Amino acid sequence: MSWWPLLALAAGAYALKVVGLVVLGPRATDGRALRLAALLPAALLPALVVVNTLGGDRRIVVDARAAGLAVAVALVAGSKGRAPFVLVVVAAAAVTALVRATG
Amino acid sequence: MTPEAPTQYGAVLPTPVRRAVWVLGLAISVFGMSFGVLATTAGLTVPQAVVMSLLVFTGASQFAAVSVVEAGGSMGSALGSALLLAARNAAYGVAMAPTLGKLPLAKRLLGAQVVIDETTAMATAQPEGRVRERTFWATGLSVFAFWNAGTLLGALAGDAIGDPEALGLDAAFPAGFVVLAVPHLRRREGRVAAAAGALIALALIPLAPAGLPIIAASLGVVPGLLFTAREDR
Repeated sequence: MSWWPLLALAAGAYALKVVGLVVLGPRATDGRALRLAALLPAALLPALVVVNTLGGDRRIVVDARAAGLAVAVALVAGSKGRAPFVLVVVAAAAVTALVRATG
Repeated sequence: MTPEAPTQYGAVLPTPVRRAVWVLGLAISVFGMSFGVLATTAGLTVPQAVVMSLLVFTGASQFAAVSVVEAGGSMGSALGSALLLAARNAAYGVAMAPTLGKLPLAKRLLGAQVVIDETTAMATAQPEGRVRERTFWATGLSVFAFWNAGTLLGALAGDAIGDPEALGLDAAFPAGFVVLAVPHLRRREGRVAAAAGALIALALIPLAPAGLPIIAASLGVVPGLLFTAREDR
């Protein structure tokens, strides 16, 4: 990989962060806009989970990752959200690795 | 103890939050290591992997860019999908603006670099005000330090660490997001937004290039808000 696309990506990624926090954010004073923005992590985190678990090259793939995530979700739901971060992450990785090794 | 003492970062953060910030950082260092390994095996040099983590500093975009490079895709598509993924940080910036808006511009420009999934998720899980602001900075510092240290280690160690996928690390990343999502699912509007976001992303995986399903999932906030608006009436 050459340096210019890397630096272009860095500039673009930082510009996007600044646009939200410094340019658009202070202008969004409407109560509803702010409530929508506050809900974003709720909408985006599960979407990231879905894409990182089931996403393939333009297709839905159910593989070892899904087994690991099923365990993670079961731990979190079963403990009513109290399962420790490390336990959930390690269990998901271990189960995925195990399924891959045996599959 | 003077009255000034609580302005120390740690003093104002509730202990569970402080602990969560450390634990998150440690997990992030492992993700950083797997990024370092992946980046160097995809053909990036060690300085390139390190500079990417320092300057781009948004994990999902970095993984996306590097995996397109590894698959032999064009630079254009690597940049495109990485920037599409990074666009959600603009939305997170809007969410964090009420908390950080009163700070001097220089401090906001510094904070902007760490407006990402983890910092926004941790901060907005706290009540608005000083604790939320402190949580943002503490998480930002922790995640920035551990992500970059992990990247450096992973890039230097390279193959010695082994294949990150054989260790299941690609599943550890979304599993971490499951835990981060929990505080946002306590209210009904959050649960509706979560379900809508997940469904939108799932439906678009086969239809849209990498990055777009995530951007489109931000529309999940609309049914989330409509739902509560109806409840309020």
